[in-house]
Amino acid sequence: MYKLLLCWRYLRTRWIALASVISVTLGVATMIVVNAVMAGFSHEMQTRIHGILSDLVFESHSLSGFQDPDWHMEEIRRAGGDQIVGMTPTVAVPAMLNFQVRGQWITRQVMLIGIDEATHASVSDFGRYLQHPANREQLSFGLREGGYDTVDSQAGGSEPTRPALEGAGWPHRRMRVERERVWREKLEAERAGAGAATVDPSPGSGNPVRPVDQQVDAVLAATAGTEPAPDAAAPKPADPFRKARPEEGTAMDPAKEQFTGVVPGIGLASFRDSNGVDRFLVLPGDDVKVTFPTAGTPPKAVSDTFTVVDFYESKMSEYDSNFVFVPIAALQRMRGMIDPQSGLASVNSIQIKLKDGADLDQVRDRLRKAFPADLYAVATWKDKQGPLLAAVDMEMAVLNILLFLIIAVAGFGILAIFFMIVVEKTRDIGILKSLGARAAGIAGIFLGYGLFLGIVGAGAGLALGLAIALNINTIRAGVEWCTGQRVFDPSIYYFFKIPTIVDPATIAWIVAGAIGIAVASSVLPALRAARLQPVEALRHE
Amino acid sequence: MSSATLDRPVSATAPSAAASLLAVRALRKRYRSGDKLLEVLRGVDFDLAPGEFVSVIGQSGSGKSTLLHLMGLLDGADSGNVHLAGRRVDDLPGRERDRLRNADIGMVFQAYHLLPELTALENVLAPLLVRHGVWAWFRERGEARRRATDLLTRFGLGERLHHKPRQLSGGEMQRVAIARALVGGPRLLLADEPTGNLDAESGAGILDVLTALNRSEGLSIVLVTHDASIARRADRIVRLVAGRVETA
Repeated sequence: MYKLLLCWRYLRTRWIALASVISVTLGVATMIVVNAVMAGFSHEMQTRIHGILSDLVFESHSLSGFQDPDWHMEEIRRAGGDQIVGMTPTVAVPAMLNFQVRGQWITRQVMLIGIDEATHASVSDFGRYLQHPANREQLSFGLREGGYDTVDSQAGGSEPTRPALEGAGWPHRRMRVERERVWREKLEAERAGAGAATVDPSPGSGNPVRPVDQQVDAVLAATAGTEPAPDAAAPKPADPFRKARPEEGTAMDPAKEQFTGVVPGIGLASFRDSNGVDRFLVLPGDDVKVTFPTAGTPPKAVSDTFTVVDFYESKMSEYDSNFVFVPIAALQRMRGMIDPQSGLASVNSIQIKLKDGADLDQVRDRLRKAFPADLYAVATWKDKQGPLLAAVDMEMAVLNILLFLIIAVAGFGILAIFFMIVVEKTRDIGILKSLGARAAGIAGIFLGYGLFLGIVGAGAGLALGLAIALNINTIRAGVEWCTGQRVFDPSIYYFFKIPTIVDPATIAWIVAGAIGIAVASSVLPALRAARLQPVEALRHE
Repeated sequence: MSSATLDRPVSATAPSAAASLLAVRALRKRYRSGDKLLEVLRGVDFDLAPGEFVSVIGQSGSGKSTLLHLMGLLDGADSGNVHLAGRRVDDLPGRERDRLRNADIGMVFQAYHLLPELTALENVLAPLLVRHGVWAWFRERGEARRRATDLLTRFGLGERLHHKPRQLSGGEMQRVAIARALVGGPRLLLADEPTGNLDAESGAGILDVLTALNRSEGLSIVLVTHDASIARRADRIVRLVAGRVETA
């Protein structure tokens, strides 16, 4: 009983010891905050990655892919059993995206992905990342009649950071065609006036002669034809692409018709200026050219024209500046992936969605067993992003070790101060021994004292850490307001708020570890106190 | 306190250890200080009858404090033995000696040795706190508090129960220390220069308290002092010279 009483009295009368646990408090608070933020980041990133990739990816090793996806899907369903809830075939090839900005051609290296617009959204969060509300409901490769979000739908907020998307869609396309028509008329008038030996006819642009000529030709061809305009609000995607080949002789009206729809990643077509406003190089309604390899041997590069119908924004810049989505049927046809005899199309991969809570690795292993490994690769989304996720985990582990060392340093502070207290209390220890206190009891006083200090320090750290972790965005805003510096720039990170996840198990470990260190560092002083000879201790002044 | 007390033979040799409350036989103790071996006790024999009040007198360095520590089981002798109520106690295991110190022996020191963090009452309760675990304490604490309060009131400290030692005078602190030594109901009180730090008046008060305890309750007391006038308050005086009991 005296142990508790003395622990309590020492705790209340020795402020220096309380000072020594401030470092424990700070260490615990820091660990809680860092873990919450790192877990938040990691979780957010995994959600993003998982939103892009489906649970399982079944793919062929070759670019030409495998034939008859329907048969493969049957087989996958048989092997995977009832764990599988959705599948969609895709074709992915490296490609080049070309578009014209103020008369200059810009080329980007991309991954061209053919997707099935009906089923693709069912295996991943793909649909959520589009900029037109209707496309988020159900993707269509037809150009929309306006209505694109001028506010970032994922970031929330009411500030329109994308004013350029206001007129995107058919209005933009009609305006552009009209402008080109005016140009063409001016050009023709100049040609007629100056004869054959004219110089650069278009004022104010760098070197627009050839592209303008092409477009003029297209417009000329289109105006001659009498194609019926497709339904602007919901055009059939399969239809327009067949007719959208003016170089083959079929005439089209670009003001009323579109080429095959394409959804490029937003990072390919825009950049963010210093005011946080997104500037677009290409808008929905503009035409782009895509160059990609055919499926033959050896592959040949072919180009085709597509109309941008939406943008894809996953907030993972790696994907947003790399992925370009087109309808799978169009890509299969353009690449020659359809067998002319059987009419069966080939695909590169099949994206598989599993039931919630299904064991990804188990289904993956079952599929690996069912299909020959030299022809097919099966991977989970985690396998696909293994290095990135592993890097984040590694970072977290290293940070935790470093921060725990801080608490360990605090432990040495406690050790030093406890030795001092034992020396200071030598006489009291002698008194207690003369009153019949056992050595174990004396040690118990100091161990208990260490435990009390650990609980106080870790408890305060817990409160502080939770307060910071739960209000981190308010604190960030405060710091930004005070310093005028942007602490967390959303254009660099994937997120608009600092995400935090407070995991009770992690916190329990941190607090237990801190208390453990406090107790452990009081062991040596406690043993020293227990071993004191009562006679010598009583003589001590 | 007649002079006849002094005239009695100072030899402490009693017929048998069993008849004494405390019996010390051929006790030797050496200290090593640097290279030199310091022989503090060179074969001391000493007996204390139940209810007896004995003074041990000697000059500084004569080994009287060491003797008291050995009798109080705070230290171990190099040879010889200590018997308490007929039972050899110096070779008992540590736990057993701790228990004896707590239950059967009360000690009072020159420097009071109160715990500065505890109040007067809590200091008096300390032996009982040491004796009982948490649960037993909650059962016993009413009785314990009553006893401690009684003792302090008896010693004139009824008004100072909740004062910390630093708020008490020397005489008051020593009375608290005596109350602490008595609260556990010991058979033997060992006092090491209890008046050494006190002025004459306070010292006399302390001696009165000890004498009264011996007279009225039959408490056996060993009082160690260098002052012959204080020693004379005891029933019997044992003189310690150069580590031996001097036979007059």
